Amino acid sequence: MKIAVLSGKGGTGKTLVSVNLAAITKNSTYIDCDVEEPNGHLFFKPQNIQLEDISIKIPTVDEKLCTGCRKCVEFCKFNALAYIKDKVVVFDEVCHSCGGCVLFCPQKAMSEREKKIGSIEKGNSENVTVVTGILKPGEASGVPIIKQLIKEVENKEGFTFIDSPPGSACVVMESIKDADYCILVAEPTLFGVHNLQMVHELVKLFKKPYGVVLNKCLNEENLAEKFCIENDISIIGRIPFDHQLGMLNSNGMISVRENDKYRDMFSDILQKVTKEVQREATINP
Amino acid sequence: MKISMPVDLKSMDTNLCRSFGRAPYFLIYDTESNESVYLDNSAVASQGGAGIKAAQTIVDSDVNVLLTPRCGENAARVLQAADIKIYKSLNSSAKDNIDAFVDNKLSLLDEIHAGFHHHGGK
Repeated sequence: MKIAVLSGKGGTGKTLVSVNLAAITKNSTYIDCDVEEPNGHLFFKPQNIQLEDISIKIPTVDEKLCTGCRKCVEFCKFNALAYIKDKVVVFDEVCHSCGGCVLFCPQKAMSEREKKIGSIEKGNSENVTVVTGILKPGEASGVPIIKQLIKEVENKEGFTFIDSPPGSACVVMESIKDADYCILVAEPTLFGVHNLQMVHELVKLFKKPYGVVLNKCLNEENLAEKFCIENDISIIGRIPFDHQLGMLNSNGMISVRENDKYRDMFSDILQKVTKEVQREATINP
Repeated sequence: MKISMPVDLKSMDTNLCRSFGRAPYFLIYDTESNESVYLDNSAVASQGGAGIKAAQTIVDSDVNVLLTPRCGENAARVLQAADIKIYKSLNSSAKDNIDAFVDNKLSLLDEIHAGFHHHGGK
């Protein structure tokens, strides 16, 4: 079962939720898809790390063979190629590695070269396999790394928790594509509601079953909760704005491994998620 | 000398377009023949890389200079590779900008922005 945890902005509690859920589940996998600044490993401190480089393919031109027909420039719908002073210029960061220019070149002047854009680290932390995607600073898109991360767990048994990047852009879509369930983490503020709305629209578009975890709950009006009630969205958990939890978290500790109170809280969320996924499987097999 | 600029409308009285890559038209003005030609910008609705494609149109028109309120780094790379000088335009009509350029009153654009990819312009 693959469960993606997402939110409309950073700092809402995606990592808190996904790390703790993975930590209470037997033989689970945690994948950090927030490749621009992965931080789940700070909590798990995984051992026996295996490193894998991730590269993309970028076209390169043999100027001796190029006749300047511009078939490649015309073909590229991302406009990653230009033809200036009798030379094809490649814009690496605009290229989507589709390989079309190489196929279309009548002179066979184009070929592909590998360009390293990041890496994947795999390790263990007690019961959890921890997989972290890391995008090289300065690279434009983490999508190829997330694709590889998702591929790693394609046929994995048991629970996989996907810690998505913040927002609702391409990288988030890539990270939830294969998910059986989406957990949306929301803050109680007006800003929190706006961000919840964004990811809510996204999971509806992807026709994913989903539920909301309200984080940083205080004993006062909760606008995110109000939004959920008004829109008939199921609330699967409430995490209090709690000093002790904050302390554990800021010290890089996993709360469910430290305190039964939090173990019970996250077990309850996991139970609700499991139930909803099973119910979904019965209604829409 | 051929001068190019992004314009909102096909007219000498139009203001220059605030965006280079997404401008609807380019005005190419020849200072020797006093002729002006308007080109459609095929990059106007591009999914991405509009600056690169728009700059390609400018390069292919054999112009010497571009007058523009702003220019992104990818477009600038294309234009600079083709030895096209980029000048900062005035907040005024195409005609005024041509006059200002001919009178040597424009300065080179020194601020090349990193693009507004997926974030919209300010």
